[in-house]
Amino acid sequence: MKSETKQLLRGTEAIGESAVRAGCQCYFGYPITPQNELTEYMARRMLEENRVFLQSESELAAINMVLGASATGKRVMTSSSSPGISLKQEGISFIAAMELPSVIVNVMRGGPGLGNIAPSQSDYYQATRGGGHGDYRTLVYAPASVQELADLTYEAFDKADAYRIPVMILADGMMGQMMEPVTFKTKPKDPKKLPSKKWALGGSKGRSSRFIRSLILNPDLEEEHNWRLYRKHQRIEEREVRFEEYNMTGANIAVVAYGTAARIAKAAVKRCVDKNMHVGLIRPITLWPFPMKHIYEAAGTVKHFLTFEMSAGQMIDDVKLAVEGRAGVSLYGRPGRVVPTPAELSRVITRTYNKIMKDYE
Amino acid sequence: MSKVMKKRKPARPSTMKDAVTHYCPGCGHSVIHRLVAEVIEELGIQDKTIGVPPAGCAVLAYNYFDVDMVEAPHGRGAAVCTGIKRGNPELVVFSYQGDGDLAAIGTAEVIHAANRGENITIIFVNNAVYGMTGGQMAPTTLLGMKTTTSPIGREAHREGNPVNVCELLAVLGGSAYLERTAVNSVKGTIRTKKAIRKAFRTQLEGRGFSLVEILSPCPTNWKMSPQKSWEWIDEVMMKQFPLGVIKDTGKGEA
Ligand SMILES: Cc1ncc(C[n+]2csc(CCOP(=O)(O)OP(=O)(O)O)c2C)c(N)n1
Ligand code: SF4
Repeated sequence: MKSETKQLLRGTEAIGESAVRAGCQCYFGYPITPQNELTEYMARRMLEENRVFLQSESELAAINMVLGASATGKRVMTSSSSPGISLKQEGISFIAAMELPSVIVNVMRGGPGLGNIAPSQSDYYQATRGGGHGDYRTLVYAPASVQELADLTYEAFDKADAYRIPVMILADGMMGQMMEPVTFKTKPKDPKKLPSKKWALGGSKGRSSRFIRSLILNPDLEEEHNWRLYRKHQRIEEREVRFEEYNMTGANIAVVAYGTAARIAKAAVKRCVDKNMHVGLIRPITLWPFPMKHIYEAAGTVKHFLTFEMSAGQMIDDVKLAVEGRAGVSLYGRPGRVVPTPAELSRVITRTYNKIMKDYE
Repeated sequence: MSKVMKKRKPARPSTMKDAVTHYCPGCGHSVIHRLVAEVIEELGIQDKTIGVPPAGCAVLAYNYFDVDMVEAPHGRGAAVCTGIKRGNPELVVFSYQGDGDLAAIGTAEVIHAANRGENITIIFVNNAVYGMTGGQMAPTTLLGMKTTTSPIGREAHREGNPVNVCELLAVLGGSAYLERTAVNSVKGTIRTKKAIRKAFRTQLEGRGFSLVEILSPCPTNWKMSPQKSWEWIDEVMMKQFPLGVIKDTGKGEA
C-alpha cells in the first residue's frame, strides 16, 4: 500500500497494514470474532511480503509462538478477542518476565464467559493490571479512531523494543469494523534493516551461549529482578502517559472515557457545551500508564468526574485513585449492550451536571 | 598392574557447560543430556542451535547445555520451537520435555506441531511419573502403578490408560521420524544416541517433525535403586512402550 495518500480502511485492516509497515516479521493467531478480519488480512499480507503467518491450534499456542519468535529478536504480533486473550495470559506473564518485546491486539467483546460479540470494554482490569500472574504490566494503548489504530500499532512495535515489554492494543468490535480515512505518515520499515537486538538468541556463533528464562529460584535475585521490572514500569509511567483533552478549561464536570466510548462521549459533550454547560472530556490514550497526575491536577478545579465505560465500571477505579477524594466520581456503564448514542449520553451528563451544580449552589 | 588405578574423567563434550547437575543419582536425564550434547557437538551445529527446556526436572537444562536456550511455559515447548523455527528456518531447534509436560498439558501443541510437519526435534523423556512435582501420576503411568495421586494403583476405568505418544503422532502426516528407545543399558544408551542423531539429521535435511521418546529411570519417585529401576524398564515399561523406530519417512515405515 502507498504511504502519504489518504485511504479508506477498516479498523482491523489499519492495524494489520500498520504492523506490516512497522516491520512485523511474524504473526501468530487463532480465529475469534470480532477480529477475524485482522487474522485474515495478515494471512494475505504476510504471504505477499514473504514473512511468517501461522494460524495456531489455540491462543495458548499462538502466544507461545510469539514467545519463541520474539526470543530470537523478531518483531512479532498476535491478535485475539477477550476469551482468547484470557487464554494468552500465562504466556504474556512469561513474556513480561523474560522481557520479550511483543505486540498483542485485543479487539474486546462482551464478557464474562463467551458473553457476546458486541463491542465492549470489560477487559480493562485484565489489560491494565498485567492480566496474568505476577508483578508486571503491559503498555496499553486505547485508540479511538482508525487513524489512531494505525499510528499506535506502528508505534507499539517501537515501544515494545525500546522497553522490552509486551504492548497491548485495546480496541473493540466497533473500532475494528469502523471505516475511516487513514494516512500512513512514515515509510514502511524493512525488517532486514531493523536495529539488531543484543540480547536476542540466534545460535552462539562468535560469542558464548546465552539463555532467556523466567525461573529465578534464588529469592534475592528474584526480588532484584522484580525491582528492576518495577523501575522499568516507573520509567514508562514517567514518559509514556498519553491522553487527549477536549473543552477542559473551566469545566465543572469532566467526562472520562477511552476508545469507542470516548468518541460517543465527545459528541455528547459537544451537545452539552452547545447548551452552555461547562463540561469537558479527558480521553486516556494509554490506559497503563494511566494519566494519574493529570487527573489529580484537574481535580483541583473540576467538581465531578463522570466515567463512561462499556462495562460495569473498571476504569473508574483508576479515576478514583487519581482524584484522591478531591472531587466526586461516578459511573455511567453499559456492560454488554449496544453502545448508547451521543444523545442518550448527553442526557446522562446533563442530569449529573444539574445535580452537581445544584449541590454547589 | 600398577597399584594405583587412575580414575579417568570422561571428556566433557564442548556443548556442555562445566557444571554439576542437580539430577538425582541414577536419573536418566543426566545421561540423555550428555547424549544430546554429544550429538550437537558431532553434527557441528552448536552455534546454530536453540534449545527449549521444559517445566519439569529438566527446567534448568540451560545451566548444562552450552547452546542458546529459551524457557517454555509448562507444556508449550512445541509451540515455542515453532515460533523460533518459523522465524529462523536456518537454525536448529529442539525442545526437551517430560511426559507430563508433553503428553498431558502440552498434548495439543505437540500434536499440531507434528501435524504441520514443523521442522523441529523433540527429546521426549518418558519416566512414567511427574518427577519435579513429587511423583504424581503422568499420562504415561502404567496400569497398576502406584503414584502419589494414584495411591492404589492406576486403573483404566478410573485414571485412563497410558498414552503411547509415538504411536499417536505416527498417524499424522507431518511427523517424519519417531523412535522409542531406553537408557537403562549400555546397548540402549548407544541406540538412544543413534536415534537422537537421526532426529537432528531429519531436521537438518528439512524432512519435518522428529521426536525420540526415551524410557528413562526416575529411581527417586519409583522408590527403587538405580539398578532395580533399569530392570523395571525392561520388565514392565517396555511391555506398554515397545522400543523401535515407529515411523521414518526417510525409509518408509518400520
Ligand atoms: C501451568 C503449570 N502447571 C503446573 C506446573 C507444575 N509442574 C512443573 S513440572 C510438572 C510436571 C513435570 O513432570 P514431567 O513433565 O513428567 O517431567 P519430569 O519432572 O518427570 O522430568 C508440573 C505439573 C507448572 N509449572 N505450570
Ligand atoms: S525426580 Fe526423578 S526425574 Fe527428577 S531428577 Fe530425580 S530421578 Fe530424575
